[in-house]
Amino acid sequence: MRALVWHGKEDIRCDTVSDPEIEHPRDAIIKVTSCAICGSDLHLFHNFIPAMMPGDVMGHEMMGEVIETGSQMNGRLKKGDRIVVPFTINCGECDQCKRSNFSVCERTNRNKDMADKAFGHATAGLFGYTHLTGGYPGGQAEYLRVPFADETHIKVPDSLTDEQVLFLGDIFPTGWQAAVQCDIEPTDTVAVWGCGPVGQMTIRSAVLLGGKQVVAIDCIPERLSMAEAGGAITINFQKESVIEQLNELTAGKGPEKCIDAVGLESHVSMGQPDTLLDRAKQMVMLENDRPHVLREMIYVCRPGGIISIPGVYSGLVDKIPMGQAMNKGLTFRMGQTHVRRWTDDLLRRIEEGQIDPSFVITHTVGLEEGPEMYKVFRDKQDSCIKVVLKP
Amino acid sequence: MTFLTNMTRSEGDPKVITSGPSSLSSYDRLARNLGWFSIGLGLVEIFAADRITGALGMHGKENHVRAFGVREITSGFMTLSVDKKAGLASRIAGDALDIATLATAMRSDNHKRDNAAFALLMVAGVTLLDIIATGATTARRKVQKGHGRSYGERSGFPQGLQAARGMARKQFEDQQAIQGTASGLTKSGGGAGG
Repeated sequence: MRALVWHGKEDIRCDTVSDPEIEHPRDAIIKVTSCAICGSDLHLFHNFIPAMMPGDVMGHEMMGEVIETGSQMNGRLKKGDRIVVPFTINCGECDQCKRSNFSVCERTNRNKDMADKAFGHATAGLFGYTHLTGGYPGGQAEYLRVPFADETHIKVPDSLTDEQVLFLGDIFPTGWQAAVQCDIEPTDTVAVWGCGPVGQMTIRSAVLLGGKQVVAIDCIPERLSMAEAGGAITINFQKESVIEQLNELTAGKGPEKCIDAVGLESHVSMGQPDTLLDRAKQMVMLENDRPHVLREMIYVCRPGGIISIPGVYSGLVDKIPMGQAMNKGLTFRMGQTHVRRWTDDLLRRIEEGQIDPSFVITHTVGLEEGPEMYKVFRDKQDSCIKVVLKP
Repeated sequence: MTFLTNMTRSEGDPKVITSGPSSLSSYDRLARNLGWFSIGLGLVEIFAADRITGALGMHGKENHVRAFGVREITSGFMTLSVDKKAGLASRIAGDALDIATLATAMRSDNHKRDNAAFALLMVAGVTLLDIIATGATTARRKVQKGHGRSYGERSGFPQGLQAARGMARKQFEDQQAIQGTASGLTKSGGGAGG
């Protein structure tokens, strides 16, 4: 089959690889009908996430039709079912899964020993990601083996298109979780840094959850236009001061809820000297991530507020103002998304027409164009915000 | 490399059979090679500065050469990074400094003038490669300001923005009124809860 394969920094290839095979009675194989390039795939593309190996199949946002199942599906999945695959693999039986903390499932990371050493305690297995999270082959391919498939799936009705439901696997629940864990009140100002695909979903979620005003921060006009269409007040940080604007919108008090939908690769510019220092340190491996957004959120957030972090961070960050955070009594909530916790509810919202996540798709291409589309997405060429691949 | 990593994969995992087209362009590979060249040259300039000045007839300028070595290594790291454009630009600036410095060795009383001329020619050649790589990188990564599409019609709310505002909250409050529960939004909105 064909698949997009990681060969090193900025080196993704459309390779011919062997077909996946059932390894365990709880496995299933799907024929992938749609998959997407996610913002966090760019962190792998740039080799900022440790423990990737040449030959790893990329992709953690995918859906398709079940074509083969293991013997232990317990009637929950059968050939012909149309499913979206959550990017977090969950067993459904461990203590964490029973608490719906699916992204920290205790049993699905097949490289648990390595992850225990790196993180202290292992987290769940993830598709198409680092070997610290199991090194499971991803879904930017024609076929995918889904481990623990009896639990790790979202059945979707034929009445909805692939484009409407594909993002249930990652960015939609990620944006939703980011907003929900802010405990949004009707009087709240919710500030969202980053208007990429996760930021766009976060903005829509915050609007649905009824924040008084949602403010979107980015520097790409196309992304800001999409954020505005979704109900956000926009701030272009290259043209105006984020802190001044947020204070102005909140009568000088700062937003109650701040959401970082940027993560480890924050924009580097002369106007933000800390980003230059972070970039220099990152180049010589003195720091893993560029946490400018975290610093800005901690500074501008209203005392007693909540900082929500759906953006991906990989390791060590410097100069985080813990003194400000502690004295202001800020609450931090973060983590990989507990996808299955949210998807029944979100699927219902799509079916009822409350939201149609396909609005974010700007490019649809074949799998063979995938390597080029990584660059188009990274460089924000051709007004690219979200790429869907059709294997 | 994939031959080795294929061996570490489990039986049912896909393994690379043949490699296809890469996202890495020839210009990316050129930039990468220039980055490694920069680091190599920088190390030579730092640790063999006296031999370089001797070969070029530039005795007494060893510290200059060592400083240039530090500059080369910095440029090399930048060129190997994701921000290769900045690294290549710094390499071009460095090339100009190298050329200016080597030009001082072209005086008639320098017995090593021929070596200096050869070094100048080499620097000029590398400068050309730096310019080619920078040009390709700049053209590809340039965001076309003012030419982007507007997505102002894409609200994502089929029933309209006004109807969407607070829709999830209203449903939750209605449910609460019916059920008389006082549980948090997080659990209600999330189905299974956390």
